[in-house]
Amino acid sequence: MTDLDVLIIGGGPAGLAAAVAARKAGCENLLLLERDEALGGILQQCIHTGFGLHVFKEELTGPEYARRFIDQVHALRIPVQCGTMVLEVTREREVTAVSPAHGLQQFRARAIVLAMGCRERTRGALMIPGGRPAGVYTAGTAQRFVNMEGWMPGRRVVILGSGDIGLIMARRMTFEGAKVLACVELMPFSSGLTRNVVQCLDDYGIPLMLSHTVTEIHGRERVEGVTVAEVDAKRQPLPGTEQRFDCDTLLLSVGLIPENELSKSAGVELSPVTSGPVVDDALQTSVPGIFACGNVLHVHDLVDNVSEEAALAGRDAAEFARAVNAQRPDSGAEAMRVRDGAGVRGVVPQAVHAAKPACDLALTFRPAAVYRDASVVVRIDGAEVSRRKHRILTPGEMVKVSVPKAELLRHVRGKELTVEVAP
Amino acid sequence: MSERAITCIGCPMGCRLAVRLTAGNEVDAVDGAGCGRGAVYARQECVCPTRMVTTLVHVAGRRAPLSVKTTRPVPKERVFDCLKAIHQSEPAAPVRIGDVIVKDVCGTGVDVVATMSTEENG
Repeated sequence: MTDLDVLIIGGGPAGLAAAVAARKAGCENLLLLERDEALGGILQQCIHTGFGLHVFKEELTGPEYARRFIDQVHALRIPVQCGTMVLEVTREREVTAVSPAHGLQQFRARAIVLAMGCRERTRGALMIPGGRPAGVYTAGTAQRFVNMEGWMPGRRVVILGSGDIGLIMARRMTFEGAKVLACVELMPFSSGLTRNVVQCLDDYGIPLMLSHTVTEIHGRERVEGVTVAEVDAKRQPLPGTEQRFDCDTLLLSVGLIPENELSKSAGVELSPVTSGPVVDDALQTSVPGIFACGNVLHVHDLVDNVSEEAALAGRDAAEFARAVNAQRPDSGAEAMRVRDGAGVRGVVPQAVHAAKPACDLALTFRPAAVYRDASVVVRIDGAEVSRRKHRILTPGEMVKVSVPKAELLRHVRGKELTVEVAP
Repeated sequence: MSERAITCIGCPMGCRLAVRLTAGNEVDAVDGAGCGRGAVYARQECVCPTRMVTTLVHVAGRRAPLSVKTTRPVPKERVFDCLKAIHQSEPAAPVRIGDVIVKDVCGTGVDVVATMSTEENG
């Protein structure tokens, strides 16, 4: 059993930023574990630009953005173990991992940062009728095949779902010589960013079919085509609207799910709305000393936001480890509950300690629907503490709200904080 | 005189812009913009649209492809020419992040550089 102050699980953007922040906060005894053979996580397969506009004030590709953080990890001499899969995390913060290089390992950590990221929803979650031919992939799998392994999954492609990875892959497949016939979206709006709809679909004349879905996949050995139909307001296919596309590949971009198997093994409470851990404003989960950040906590749109959030988790984990080492007891003060109000889904964090805020409180959420000219209002026990007008709010773009430190101090004994969309 | 419909990417509003162009391809009028950014975007997009190009090249003796990008956006109508030229290059390892892979791609004045090094993921 190896003793550590801070153990970080996952070497993607969240884990890298958490490790850097923990080290900068003075943590000497830390370790980062990564399952893949190299650091960087999903960034390594995102070869398009658009990363780092907030953090570095430059437009970088995924591998370049990852490189900036990997270089910092090396410069700060942070120990890293790649090719290492964590099997279990316990409530007592004991971690079991395996790797070809070290075999079975056990660690006891004063603080743990969960940074395992998320997974894509697959065909199994959609229940599309038809056989099981080859040629149905999640967009991220196709992205890995093309960008990292150098294989093309197919030549004639239909994309189901308009998530950002699907949109990005429409352009990638076009650039590498495939024909993308359509992007089919069940909802009446795209779940991806506007700039991706314009620059990945409109630029290449790829139709975005809103309020449509794939109702059947044709082919025995290999996909030979798909049937697409329009849906009604209840998202049910409308008879008579079916049309067939002849294609050899169907890519799915139908949502991401935080990967929380390890969190569950540790008894961490999960939110049914975000599918990630319930955390307080220090990004600490329901299990003391276990922190969470990045896409394992809630699915983000921009990696810049992941890096910022993860830095907070890394710093707080280092702080927690130091407090444990110094035998300092927790303040034990009652936390304020955070509730999703009207039009709001999945506010993170779900609890706030208002007594001694280190900085302004950052809250994030997704709007439940598309709202125009609406305000985001934050209240503590009914009293308004923040209000901001937005020309548009859409589920495709996460919203960040800031509550000033001074307002928190004014409501030290607050019981409940609500975030809502008001007309 | 001609009309073009484009979507503004200045913010999540995604305003549908109707752009009227003169015979000389100058922007004459922009309708449908919710704010001042719409007209600026329409001017850029209709007169001189540009795009960053990111793709892959094969490195001799290496299985995994190498990711590359243009250092600046290139004219939109040259994107596929640039892709073709980039795909024909085959740099030799080792390649370092930032190394120039294609100089002045298709006479655009823009270089193509590696966005990763060959010792990673290889």
